[in-house]
Amino acid sequence: MPIVGDYMGMALTIEDVDKENRAFFDYCAKGEFRLQKGKASGLLRYPPTTACPWTTDRDYDWVPVEGKGAVHSYAEVHHAIQPAFKGHTPYMMLLVDLDTQKGQPSEHEALRVAGNLVMADGSFAPPDVVRTVGIGTRVRMVFVDVTEGFALPHWTIDETAEQPAAPWRYPQE
Amino acid sequence: MSLDSVTEFDADSPKFLRGKYAIAGVGETTYRRGSEESTRNLATWAIKNAMADSGLGAGDIDGMLSYSGNDSVHAPWVAGDLGIRLNFYMDVHGGGSSIEALIGIAIGVIEAGMCKTVAIYRAMNGYSQVRIGGTGARSAVPIVGDQIHHRAYGWQSAGQMFAPTFLRHMYDYGTTPEQVAHVKVAHSKHASNNPKAYYKQRMTVEDVINSRIICKPLHLLDCCVETDNATCIIVTSLDRARDCKQAPAVIQSVVGRCCKPRSDMHYQHGPISTVAGHYARKILWPNAGVGPEDIDVTGSYDAFTFTTMLQLEDYGFCKKGDGGDYVSSGVIELGGARPNNTSGGHLCEGYTHGMNMVIENVRQIRGEVDDSCPIGPDGKRQHTHDYSEGGCRQVKDVELTANLGWAMPGTGSAMVMAKDAR
Repeated sequence: MPIVGDYMGMALTIEDVDKENRAFFDYCAKGEFRLQKGKASGLLRYPPTTACPWTTDRDYDWVPVEGKGAVHSYAEVHHAIQPAFKGHTPYMMLLVDLDTQKGQPSEHEALRVAGNLVMADGSFAPPDVVRTVGIGTRVRMVFVDVTEGFALPHWTIDETAEQPAAPWRYPQE
Repeated sequence: MSLDSVTEFDADSPKFLRGKYAIAGVGETTYRRGSEESTRNLATWAIKNAMADSGLGAGDIDGMLSYSGNDSVHAPWVAGDLGIRLNFYMDVHGGGSSIEALIGIAIGVIEAGMCKTVAIYRAMNGYSQVRIGGTGARSAVPIVGDQIHHRAYGWQSAGQMFAPTFLRHMYDYGTTPEQVAHVKVAHSKHASNNPKAYYKQRMTVEDVINSRIICKPLHLLDCCVETDNATCIIVTSLDRARDCKQAPAVIQSVVGRCCKPRSDMHYQHGPISTVAGHYARKILWPNAGVGPEDIDVTGSYDAFTFTTMLQLEDYGFCKKGDGGDYVSSGVIELGGARPNNTSGGHLCEGYTHGMNMVIENVRQIRGEVDDSCPIGPDGKRQHTHDYSEGGCRQVKDVELTANLGWAMPGTGSAMVMAKDAR
């Protein structure tokens, strides 16, 4: 049976045969962030794929990865498309460089993991918090349940990390 | 591993198709909101106009290609309506960056002897039926598997998906919103001289910056228009094109859906402020035998002001990082050294997933852009080259054009066309 979760008015669906996404989101539901690690390359990859992008190796293990990093870039949405997001504008979609494997296997590569900017409890960050976040902000991962066996990774400001004096933000507020 | 070493192209492969094929006819419907026509009717209308433009009849066309995102009509219906018996057809999935790729496919199938002349169309009710921005029906569809990694985050529409590239370009190179707004200023100037354009009003940098923010860094006026329309281009061999009504626009080089690494999610491989043109240019220029400095008119895809700038930069029209300076220098405006999207493009004329920008450059090469200049006794427009509002938009002595098609930061297509040297 496919897993179907209603989330923000969207029917999020993971088919049985989609083993990679099934496992990824199932670990998230357990509060674990795991990525595929290619057996031949020893390299982690995101999002889930069916082979190792560096070696074509189809064998891998799901290994725990620290959900910490810095904002590489973002989208800050003021005019939402999906109806359920309209009540949360402005909201941010963060593209986060994980500390793990940053700059590997080549200089400009990183595990760039998507997620919304949320509060520690998983609720959308309010506008005054959005205004403090930009490129360079240190964040940590939190999970938000969709349905049984399915949670989504999101990002919240890492309270324990040393933050940049002024993360880069688009000049117009 | 440097960016360049990841995907090396053999740019020395034989260029024997350079200058062998041409665009023999172009046509379009009106650009409207609320067409009150089916996509089948729109397609028929545009193809008929392209046939009339070329002078080709139903018996002369035996190939058809179309592209869509499941929001259009299949080629066999349209061909049947027009009495065209097909030796070849294909309906391809995709939007921006399709037209240059499909022109390449048309050349390939003609060269393979599969057919002789191909009509390529895109028919869409992009405003009244399936909105490209993703509102309405598109925001309500189930989100399956791989799509969850973006759509679940309200990261769905084109502007939302591309925003990290645009913002990172500002961060990496100091590009400003005002610089990029000049793309809208230029294209709106061009549209004011295009009777077909949906938006004909000239805009200022302040108009753009003061319009409401949609998704940073995009203001409303940084975004293209959504319209209902169909467009058509007819491709055939240069020899056959020379027998047609219009002067051929000769195809020198095509690139089709060239991708950055990790096309499953291109953001994994940076620099993310670099777009697919960085790779595509290594095919485009050597195969055409010319460089950006030789080009008279560009057609850099303007889904957003930023997409025009990023592509002009990565195809080498200026130094990497100098795109903001380039688009705000006046070069891309009519009267400048290398105008871009002289029809007003997607920002102003209408949204066609790239085809109207190629049609415009075909007309530029013919020297017969359809502006408001008077028509002389020989039936041709007497172009004044006065680019003031409501006037001319024909560029003087156009020999070479470049179209730079955009699907997303990670995928692009391109084409160089030339005036027939004969």
